Amino acid sequence: MIRVEGVSKTFRGGFEALRNIDLTIRRGEIFALLGPNGAGKTTLISVICGLVNASAGRVLVDGHDNVAAYRRAREMIGLVPQELTNEAFTTVWDTVSFSRGLFGKPKNPAHIERVLRALTLWEKRNNRLLELSGGMKRRVLIAKALAHEPQVLFLDEPTAGVDVELRREMWNVVRDLRDQGVTIILTTHYIEEAEEMADRIGVIRRGELVLVEEKHALMHQLGRKELTLHLDTPLSAVPPGLASHELTLAEDGHALVYTYDTSRPGKGEGTGISALLTDLEAAGLQVKDLHTRQSSLEEIFVSLVRENA
Amino acid sequence: MNLQSVKTIYLAEMARSLRTVLQSIVSPVVSTSLYFVVFGAAIGSRISEVDGVSYGAFIVPGLIMLMLLTQSVATASFGIFFPRFSGSIYEILSAPISYFEIVLGYVGAAATKSLILGLIVLATARLFVPFTIQYPLVMLLFLVLTAITFSLLGFIIGIWADGFEKLQLVPLLIITPLTFLGGTFYSIDMLPPFWQAVTLLNPVVYLVSGFRWSFYGMGDVSIWASLGMIALFLGVSLAVVNWIFKSGYRLKP
Ligand SMILES: Nc1ncnc2c1ncn2[C@@H]1O[C@H](COP(=O)(O)OP(=O)(O)OP(=O)(O)O)[C@@H](O)[C@H]1O
Ligand SMILES: [Mg+2]
Repeated sequence: MIRVEGVSKTFRGGFEALRNIDLTIRRGEIFALLGPNGAGKTTLISVICGLVNASAGRVLVDGHDNVAAYRRAREMIGLVPQELTNEAFTTVWDTVSFSRGLFGKPKNPAHIERVLRALTLWEKRNNRLLELSGGMKRRVLIAKALAHEPQVLFLDEPTAGVDVELRREMWNVVRDLRDQGVTIILTTHYIEEAEEMADRIGVIRRGELVLVEEKHALMHQLGRKELTLHLDTPLSAVPPGLASHELTLAEDGHALVYTYDTSRPGKGEGTGISALLTDLEAAGLQVKDLHTRQSSLEEIFVSLVRENA
Repeated sequence: MNLQSVKTIYLAEMARSLRTVLQSIVSPVVSTSLYFVVFGAAIGSRISEVDGVSYGAFIVPGLIMLMLLTQSVATASFGIFFPRFSGSIYEILSAPISYFEIVLGYVGAAATKSLILGLIVLATARLFVPFTIQYPLVMLLFLVLTAITFSLLGFIIGIWADGFEKLQLVPLLIITPLTFLGGTFYSIDMLPPFWQAVTLLNPVVYLVSGFRWSFYGMGDVSIWASLGMIALFLGVSLAVVNWIFKSGYRLKP
């Protein structure tokens, strides 16, 4: 749906915000763009939407070059910016209708009503923006982006400042949109948001796209797993017979934690769990209970950003 | 041409003016009346006639020009500055519209508003002094061209300004003095020769003179010089606006 080919952006003053980005967004997917503050997420979105001129490379939206064929390209796109805007004196209804007209679409009050209802803004339609709360204003921006029935929706930190309950509601709105065939690209600092919603995840760091991966594959591949073994009798140190395994003591010696990687084989073959269990038995340790835990996307993300730093 | 988009911007801008419709109309009517009381009645009673026209009637075209220039610049500059200031400009820049269409919407609305105000001032003036307009079509042409040109200038200022101070600065320091010194309230024949020559460097002189010609068939400079000047102005403003969008100046990093 969107192809970003070799896009770089150097701002006046020489700051390189994007370096040779190649990215393909598939039709109908939810793509989450993650990265620390200042990584270049907003800049990348701005280049695709035509708000920032790329220094090199090009962007195709459904095959239309976003500079040469900007009308065709932009018609398809809805953008929810990161920053709240401050048009205090217009009403919700007017500003959302304005957005539709601006994108060249004829009036369609029924559509605007649907959008406002979906975002639970219908009650507030006649209020001026200055009378709304921050979370409501953000939803107004989403309504504005949806007013012209875009096929691609960019959400730059859509849930910043939105309360937990509403966040879930917004996730549902986004999923509904995806079910209607809208392609969605979102950035977020809430990893659980990406984990919850995204089909694929891209991580951007200092202007470079360091990773693009299916969410499940990512969690599977990079997912460190922890095996915790609860012991009958506490230990003061890891017994010498088990020194060859990567073990740490936990819970005041009541537990041993074994970290392994399902994709990268440990010592011997496989994950090394069977070898560990054999050695445990040889060492005469009684295991009361055991459980495993897979690291969350957040942990993956933090380790990824740190690893490359 | 994306007419729907242009219409949307145009109507939204007109609606913004309508929200303050009372101020929009009251202030030019009041200030015009004041000018008539001060200049027309107080000073005009001493200056009986200029170029064969009563002083009250003589200042009418200049007053309308004054209103037209200040209102065009103020409306258009604020119109485009506000979305930049509020952040909502992202929407306009990411919409499937050309630069020309953006300008058409904003400048069209500003020009319409100042044109209407110009006509209101004309009607108000008519209550104070009797006058006739010899060439109404030329007068309308001047009104329209000036409204468009100075709305374009306002648009440029609204993009250049990075704060409210700058937004006020150009009108305050340039437009208003040039208008007052541009033969609004006097004929440049009244000045000593040196100052006459200096005044001819002031572009507003040509606008006021040409506009006055359309009323009374006479002006400080020839009507062709006036038309040439407004055409030049329009051309330069269009070129600057074109450059702004081509280069992304203050709009697109
Ligand atoms: N107009 C600009 N001129 C110069 N530098 C800029 C401009 N806009 C952004 N930058 C710089 O580009 C880098 C990337 O900024 P960007 O807004 O894309 O980050 P981000 O990933 O969206 O961060 P955040 O999570 O904080 O929103 C930052 O270092 C920023 O200072
Ligand atoms: Mg950002």
